[in-house]
Amino acid sequence: MSLLRVENLSVSFRTSAEPLQVVDGISFSVARGETLGLVGESGCGKSVTAQALLGLLPPKKSLVSGSIQLDGQELTTLEIDQWRKVRGRKISMVFQDPMTSLNPLLTIGAQIREVVALHQKLSGKALEEEATAWLAKVGIPDPLARLNAYPFEFSGGMRQRVLIALALSGRPDLLVADEPTTALDVTIQAQILELLRKLQEEFGMGMIFITHDLGVVERISDRIAVMYAGRIAETGPSSQILSSPLHPYTDGLLESVPGFRPRRSRLVSIGGTVPSPGAWPPGCRFHPRCHRVLDRCRTDIPPVTEKAGCLWSCHNPLAQTP
Amino acid sequence: MIPMLLGVSLLAFALLQLSPGDPLAAQRNNPQVPDELIRRIERQYGFDKPFPEQYALWLGNVFHGNLGYSFKYKRPVADVLWERLSATLLLALFSSGLAWLVAVPLGVWSALRRGEWIDKTVSVIAFVGMSLPSFFLALLLLYAATMMPELPLLGRLPIGGLTSADFDSMGWLHRVWDVFLHLLIPGTVLAVGALAGLQRIARGSMLEVLRQPYVIAARSRGLSEGAILWRHAFRNAANPLLTLLGFEFSALLSGAAFTEIITSWPGLGLVALEAVRAKDLFLVMATVLMGSLLLLLGNLLSDLLLAWNDPRVKLR
Repeated sequence: MSLLRVENLSVSFRTSAEPLQVVDGISFSVARGETLGLVGESGCGKSVTAQALLGLLPPKKSLVSGSIQLDGQELTTLEIDQWRKVRGRKISMVFQDPMTSLNPLLTIGAQIREVVALHQKLSGKALEEEATAWLAKVGIPDPLARLNAYPFEFSGGMRQRVLIALALSGRPDLLVADEPTTALDVTIQAQILELLRKLQEEFGMGMIFITHDLGVVERISDRIAVMYAGRIAETGPSSQILSSPLHPYTDGLLESVPGFRPRRSRLVSIGGTVPSPGAWPPGCRFHPRCHRVLDRCRTDIPPVTEKAGCLWSCHNPLAQTP
Repeated sequence: MIPMLLGVSLLAFALLQLSPGDPLAAQRNNPQVPDELIRRIERQYGFDKPFPEQYALWLGNVFHGNLGYSFKYKRPVADVLWERLSATLLLALFSSGLAWLVAVPLGVWSALRRGEWIDKTVSVIAFVGMSLPSFFLALLLLYAATMMPELPLLGRLPIGGLTSADFDSMGWLHRVWDVFLHLLIPGTVLAVGALAGLQRIARGSMLEVLRQPYVIAARSRGLSEGAILWRHAFRNAANPLLTLLGFEFSALLSGAAFTEIITSWPGLGLVALEAVRAKDLFLVMATVLMGSLLLLLGNLLSDLLLAWNDPRVKLR
């Protein structure tokens, strides 16, 4: 059984005019110990999906429909105090920008002790030891001394390590990592990816890794879901998606990144930009940018097709290599 | 700090010299004061010397702790100032304390209920308070205190001064209560004027902080809304408020003059006004110095509070 099962999830925001749909009926699942890479350009609805999973969207301004089941528990109907028992303990999140995701006025120690005390009901010396142990676990050198340091005394990579410790101290079953390496140097990126993979293995947790960087997703994901304009274009095992995608959008993404395709004289970019929510075209949302476009792509929403662990939504998919 | 005080005092001194009239006008116009005496006083205080020398003389005296003599009050300036300064400080502390106690929680509350009717109502009330001229509010309150004895508390408040006539015969606790009752009307008037601005800043600052990634990150770890609000959001939102505190404090000093005059509060504002009108040179200079000194002290206070609240602010 899957750890997380998302069915037909839609998110829209209330505006002064009519509600603005951002995520449109997406479904996916994550098993224990598995990493799902959620890929797409900016503005596809990846981060909104992540925030919906933790109930972090402003309740008065957003409408979430569909079903999110975590370990058999339905999350979409939770009240605020019920969410508190789920967040941190069952599902947790690492954010994009480590520079602004720590409270600048509290020491690292105070912020770690706060969550450790909350989730593990420790106090006094045991609390201090556990906090130190968490810093050591995420690879902070000299953890005992660093407890008294403030976030501004840490580098970006070190802050992201602290944020990972904060997110994992409640031993969640599922970690949502929303572009955790985007704001970091390339060498630091590799270290953080390695750390996340190590901790995931140690705790046996499921992970959703959101990124726009196919190079990163290749290194960490077991399966990949490609999002485009609020929908999922295709889902499948990483190796399958990266070597022989079925959806022209995935193909275009791979064409535009060095290292995935045989060397050519130049990289090919996908023409145009992601349509913004509210300006989604009818039919297949990718059709204005698609080089394999058919007449019915302009009018009919392509149905989801499933074959051998892959799901895709396209009228004219690329040939599946056996 | 010292250069600024020097600059302010030089400017004030020059302006007073340029304006018509002189400190001894009252004595000159009095036929019973012989010319000989006036010339002696002029020599004594250096009024017969050229301007730069007069300034240097005054400055030297100030450095020796001598603020000069008030011709209007016929007492040393230091004596006049001292009792007035404490009254003004008391009023400023009371009214800013009151304004903060009301405005900051209201601002936080409005931020949390942004766009709801409570936020809008608070905003409207705050703006009415800000738009209401302080002298008008003071007159309204004084009217209520004198003409409507049936009102609870307000109907029986004293309508002026710092203490009641029988203050000297009161016990210790009774005296404090008496001063408190006298503070209520001028203190409320000043607080209402400061309230709206503070409430808006507290609200805006809080809204800004509530959007920050670290607040959302704290929520994603399962912390309670109370812990998020006070531990994570409020302390961060307090920084602009603490910066404001220094200005607030000195603004109250000059802004209090109107209110002091209407509620006959024996403070610095009233003295400063009378001193300027009487061209009481040394008294004017001393009030100017006091004003700048309090501005500097207010800023120092807010800097210290900022450094205490925010580890990124380093004191040198």
